[in-house]
Amino acid sequence: MNSRDLILGRIRAAIAGDAPLPTVPRDYRRGAEQPDLDLLVERLADYGVVVHRTNDVAAAIAAILGTGQVVVPPGLPPHWLPSGVRALVDDGLPTDRVAAADGVVTAVAVAVAETGTIVLDATPDQGRRLISLLPDLHVCVVHPEQVVSSVPRALDRLDPHRPLTWISGPSATSDIELDRVAGVHGPRTLHVILTEAPHDH
Amino acid sequence: MTFLGMPARAPRGVGNLRGDESFPDAARTALADPQLRRNLRHATTTIRGKTDRVTAELPDWQELRAVGAALKAYTMAHLPELLERLEERVTAAGGTVHWAADANEANRIVTELVRATGQQRVIKVKSMATQEIGLNEALAAAGIQPVETDLAELIVQLGRDRPSHILVPAIHRNRAEIREIFLREMPGVDPALTDDPPALAAAARRYLRETFLSTPVAVSGANFAVAETGTLAVVESEGNGRMCLTLPETLITVMGIEKVVPRWRDLEVFLQLLPRASTGERMNPYTSMWTGVTAGDGPQAFHLVLLDNGRSAVLADPVGRSALHCIRCSACLNVCPVYERAGGHAYGSVYPGPIGAVLSPQLTGVEDNASLPYASSLCGACFDACPVKIDIPAILVHLRNTAPHPRSERAAMAAAAYTMDRPVLYAAAQRAARLARIVGRRGRGLPPPLSGWTASRDLPDPPSQTFRDWWAAR
Amino acid sequence: MRIALFVTCLADTMFPAAAKATVRLLERLGHEVVFPTGQTCCGQMHINTGYQADALPLVRRHVRTFDPYDVVVAPSGSCVGSVRHQHAMVAAAAGDRSLAARAESVAGRTYELSELLVDVLEVEDVGAYYPHRVTYHPTCHSLRVLRVGDKPLRLLRRVRGLDLVELPAAEQCCGFGGTFAVKNADTSTAMLADKMRHVLATGADVCTAGDASCLMHIGGGLARLRAGVRTVHLAEILASTEAS
Repeated sequence: MNSRDLILGRIRAAIAGDAPLPTVPRDYRRGAEQPDLDLLVERLADYGVVVHRTNDVAAAIAAILGTGQVVVPPGLPPHWLPSGVRALVDDGLPTDRVAAADGVVTAVAVAVAETGTIVLDATPDQGRRLISLLPDLHVCVVHPEQVVSSVPRALDRLDPHRPLTWISGPSATSDIELDRVAGVHGPRTLHVILTEAPHDH
Repeated sequence: MTFLGMPARAPRGVGNLRGDESFPDAARTALADPQLRRNLRHATTTIRGKTDRVTAELPDWQELRAVGAALKAYTMAHLPELLERLEERVTAAGGTVHWAADANEANRIVTELVRATGQQRVIKVKSMATQEIGLNEALAAAGIQPVETDLAELIVQLGRDRPSHILVPAIHRNRAEIREIFLREMPGVDPALTDDPPALAAAARRYLRETFLSTPVAVSGANFAVAETGTLAVVESEGNGRMCLTLPETLITVMGIEKVVPRWRDLEVFLQLLPRASTGERMNPYTSMWTGVTAGDGPQAFHLVLLDNGRSAVLADPVGRSALHCIRCSACLNVCPVYERAGGHAYGSVYPGPIGAVLSPQLTGVEDNASLPYASSLCGACFDACPVKIDIPAILVHLRNTAPHPRSERAAMAAAAYTMDRPVLYAAAQRAARLARIVGRRGRGLPPPLSGWTASRDLPDPPSQTFRDWWAAR
Repeated sequence: MRIALFVTCLADTMFPAAAKATVRLLERLGHEVVFPTGQTCCGQMHINTGYQADALPLVRRHVRTFDPYDVVVAPSGSCVGSVRHQHAMVAAAAGDRSLAARAESVAGRTYELSELLVDVLEVEDVGAYYPHRVTYHPTCHSLRVLRVGDKPLRLLRRVRGLDLVELPAAEQCCGFGGTFAVKNADTSTAMLADKMRHVLATGADVCTAGDASCLMHIGGGLARLRAGVRTVHLAEILASTEAS
């Protein structure tokens, strides 16, 4: 007998004859239809994210990056990038070149107000997972229609068949005396630019 | 040939589920270490405060707990179908699923998969399942170097130590001790390293960066696997998880069979429960989700190893099985007065604290961890803290009923029950006990096992009259 | 009201003052107290130490003894907790479904003292007088098994002359835990040391609680240290008057 059949057989024997269970309740909050953008800003800031509320994305990025070199995903709207910034478009760049960049700029798939979370789903304006991981600075541009109030509403919008990265604040650890320390392996600085304008793909 | 009716426990001689000493003996050593006591008190007090704040913030925390419990019960009742569905979905998405009946088989599968890549080093994300089966030891024996990349696991690995907490394996170390370990063991470390936590974290970042970029095989655990979609999820903080899950060419995930969840939307419950109960955050810094392999992004070879190692035996016990509902948040450790004082090593298993006291004996068979069900005052704080409402005290009481009992205790308990079922004998025994105490030395020096009491506590002076004598004379 | 006293074996044998105080208090409030003499022990020690088979006759005896009464009271959160949450389980595990049903029924009529006073008799001011500085330790089983909440504190706040001081880290276990105190004597003592440290920090003369067992533990530790702090059962404080 192979291990698959052995394990499944053991499980079936273990639960044989059990009484049926009541239905799983779902009486928790799904969250408000309209997200509270101020709450998102507050919760992002709570975990050390630098938040910019502006409609001039390029100016905000210029202020953050200066003249550094940034990795950008292939589908990033070109007008987001200020002229002074040197953009390195990820068309399958070698890992060390991504790691050597000063920062990365991406869009997001969803932002969750209640938890101060942004979620990337690797669509062309967000790119491969590793580009938002290796540079030490990550700038995300969030549009109001991408914000949801709660975790349940975020899952409603996300496609499980895409690689998903949920990000809540910069990389951190609580491994030393259970105090949160920002900055371990992921980007140590995270900026969110929250615009009022809708996303223009 | 294994007989299906016999529960198959985690085998002896492999893995880290059994300690060398009984809990009381191991605890005695820990209790005498003032630095350890201080580290544990500080860490558990800090995390309790954070968890209390972020759980109080959610008006539906109790509803979420109840749903989490119901989802886990549903999962256990449908485990065969859910695992088959998971296998089908992962395979359809380009992954390969392996089934491991026990620790030995899981170690063999992973070792062979690594060998097939030709690599001699793997990077690892913190994983309780691989600790449980002793994967690092097995890989090392095969000439493969496992590198732990979680900061706390790195501290433990560099310090040739053992983990003592589910979430924070180096909770027993403070910043000064961690600095010392880094200075002694970390190649290329800056000799001017301070004990400032950001400096210590930065040292780990520098040390591991090159390893992340140059190691093409990773081993991880999984927090959740969605049967409906084949999606796996790893919840972490530092980004080492993201490194291991996205940079290598080959990813091998070892997961206990109980970690499967039925539907995609079920994650909306667990992703609210786990971070708040675990690190006391509204959301942990990073959660990675992936379904099979994605062309051009992340590992192009994905293996999922489904591990039994005693879990089906736990499932066979209708009272004890809810220990399998555990989502490894470690909230029960952080509120446990026994854990706070004795620390994680006293439990002898990778699963310490209240959940370990019910899980380890069930995975191994209670005779191999006979002292663990007694390592609790049954104060109930763990039950209140558990995000999926596992009634740990009730399971402890249940396991004590099946644990081997010392012969003298068995006799004393039977005699006591016999007497207490006979009021006349009982009243006579009450008077006899009083007389014995009056003629003996008051309050001290009882014989074993009661000497455990009188070592640190006086007994009250016996009353001149029992209540029932007073009532009768009234 | 006619109230049956479930005295508990520990109060009966070692702490009759707490049981006598329960009787005095309830009679002073105008109720009739009866003491069914067939009672012995609820079996909690056996159940919690892993001897459910030995506990079965004790459960049966307890149910038989108290089934005739509409209201049962015990000066112990722990023993009421066992009656309420363990008796039916032990009976069911032994396959005795009719005993399990009767145990459920008795459990529904059994109250810890502060529950009886506040919930059933609807009284908070019991007319007590106790001129001492007192701190209250909420025992684990009254707090987390019975969920008595602040009922004992509401009763204590109405006691004349009593100076109630809050106990730091009150909700942490004192380390008693029945046979835990013997089987894991070192860990139990470490927990006790912290509890005593908190009790002493309050500057109270008296530490009170609703369980004689936890008080025996805390009191035994304080006595060993010659700390000069007494442990007194909640019933004794509530039974005290200016006349007594």
